[in-house]
Amino acid sequence: MRPKLELLDRSLVDRILGEAFELLNSPGIKVGTPAVLEMLAAAGSRINDGVAHIPESLVRRALESVPREFFLYDRGGKPAVHYGGDDVHFDPGSSCLNILDPETQQPRPALSADLVRMVQVTEMLPQYAAQSTAMVCNDVPAGMGDWYRLLLILWYSDKPMVTGAFGVGTLRTMLELLAADSGGYEALRAKPRAVFDVCPSPPLNWSGFASQNMVELARAGVPAEIISMPLAGATAPVTLAGSIVQHAAESLGGIVIHQLAKPGAPVVWGGAPAIFDMSSGNTPMGAMETAMLDAGCAQVGKSLGLPTHAYLVASDARRIDAQAGLESASSAVLGALVGINMISGAGMLDFLACHSIEKLVIDAEAIAGAQRLLAGVEPRTEKLAVAMFAQTGFSGEFLKLKETRALFRKEQHFPSAVIDRSGDPNAPDLFTRTRQLVSDLLARYQRPPIPQEIEKALLAIARREATAAGLDHLPGLVLQGSEVPVS
Amino acid sequence: MQAEIFAAMRQSILDGTADQAGDLARKALEQGIAPLDAIDQGFVPGMNQVGEMYAQHKMFLPDMLASAEAMKAAMIVLEPELKRQGGERPTAGTVVLGTAKGDIHEIGKTLVGTLLTAHGFQVHDLGVDVTGERFAAKAREVGADIVGVSALLTTTMGGQRSVIEVLSREGLRPKVKVIVGGAPVTRRWAEEIGADGYGKDALSAVTLVKSLVQK
Repeated sequence: MRPKLELLDRSLVDRILGEAFELLNSPGIKVGTPAVLEMLAAAGSRINDGVAHIPESLVRRALESVPREFFLYDRGGKPAVHYGGDDVHFDPGSSCLNILDPETQQPRPALSADLVRMVQVTEMLPQYAAQSTAMVCNDVPAGMGDWYRLLLILWYSDKPMVTGAFGVGTLRTMLELLAADSGGYEALRAKPRAVFDVCPSPPLNWSGFASQNMVELARAGVPAEIISMPLAGATAPVTLAGSIVQHAAESLGGIVIHQLAKPGAPVVWGGAPAIFDMSSGNTPMGAMETAMLDAGCAQVGKSLGLPTHAYLVASDARRIDAQAGLESASSAVLGALVGINMISGAGMLDFLACHSIEKLVIDAEAIAGAQRLLAGVEPRTEKLAVAMFAQTGFSGEFLKLKETRALFRKEQHFPSAVIDRSGDPNAPDLFTRTRQLVSDLLARYQRPPIPQEIEKALLAIARREATAAGLDHLPGLVLQGSEVPVS
Repeated sequence: MQAEIFAAMRQSILDGTADQAGDLARKALEQGIAPLDAIDQGFVPGMNQVGEMYAQHKMFLPDMLASAEAMKAAMIVLEPELKRQGGERPTAGTVVLGTAKGDIHEIGKTLVGTLLTAHGFQVHDLGVDVTGERFAAKAREVGADIVGVSALLTTTMGGQRSVIEVLSREGLRPKVKVIVGGAPVTRRWAEEIGADGYGKDALSAVTLVKSLVQK
């Protein structure tokens, strides 16, 4: 039996959806793209001053065409992430501006080299099914920040990835890079390697960029992940249930836009909801109430049969300490028990403002624990205990049994050096052990072989765009031991 | 008698009851209490106590907002009378606020504006998605002491730097102090872009503004 957690009973889920349908009709949702408003009007929505009043029948129709599942593929074309059902995957948090410097243990602006190291470490850790465009690289111009992160992942990883665009123009560059990696736009549509996060603005606002982004992704057949971010008590109702309603309304609005643009295009019921801390005015991503919002929102999506995503395993601690551990581990377990398809956020600190490769390695152990929990308690032998007792009697010598040797690897997870069970009073502290682990992983990392024609195609796009942005080198992009020049 | 009504005024601010605060302001005028006395001895001590209780985690942001609204309700009654009598509440300073270009998040900046108003500042809120040029024009128009720029997104923080650049270019920097805030903003960022201060939350923004106008 697989353990499972549900926070909402059926009648509450129905009430949440009922009120979300009401909100979509009145007050409706703001939509910032005139062409999208026209599309919504043509489909039967009433439009008034940039606001679409969407009838329930239109939402229901959109829901009918949404795929219930899809895969993200690795570079080799093998399905690597299953969006659908109760399958659970993890990836690092995204779009962070700072990194915790491993030497000073203080945040500093993240650079391309930091993202490369994070991609390499993520590649080495089986707990992460996907990469993430985890940082904003401060050593490249802001206008190319989104596609450049994607390029670095394509260059250093075989895994699928969770990403996102900062503008419509650069979204097209990102799709071009992915198509080059897949062997063309049709190949990308058939076996997408990336899912794109798209964020409505709370409350009930699909901005010009976000709505256009949804349309472009739908038409490209590349999965979109809707990241609705109600902030309970600030930009959303203070009650968890009320914020879950808002999340549902924003997500359903996005699904309508998306499915009208291209019925049947893959889309994910994702989110990054949070409570608003009434003392500091911050948005605590590590709060239990935030995790409950994520769990509740995901459950509503599951009730509609949709693939799901949430933002968990992040901590608000400013450094790697007990707070970071307890917030991240508890939400990893909770998200896994809910059966959320993709859980983003590992590695992140300080209200999502700071990433840490060391924390990513620590979080991998929290995730391994959650994955072990999901595997559940299995009756692996015909008699659960009696047959083993028949061999040992009162001796207690279970260590010698062949069953022990045959089964202990299935029953127990063997943690990395993050978890100290040595009993050694002189064992180094957690940060020292983890820093060593990061070094070891980086030393063992080998860049996956990428077909030459793909490398050439990626470089051609990168050089064209970097030249346009006035960059004379491609930071972090190393080929045969030296950084790749632009010209 | 006056002590009693001043105490009730303070309490109306603590309770965040705008109706009560407005009624008490009217009652004070009926009783011939000078508007400035009602403000300084009745309502302002309440606002000061709210600040202290917030710092002690005995009151929270929704409480503080309600108190600021109560303060506003009292001032709506008292200010016209104050003007009629030829007086004016001394302004603590003039502040221009807004959210950086490209950013449509307003909650943080609105909260700061509400609290600054409650603490006697004249606040001009330019809203969201505000260019450096608009900040500069407004600062010049109202003779601002402080310009406050908010940003929630890492991608729009650069707008804070642009505001400082525009203010410098237009020769306003010697007169106008610039403060920055927002979730991704840090003291280090504030220093890097040459801002005069950074507030980690709304109340510390008030403390910051108070200290900057005294300099």
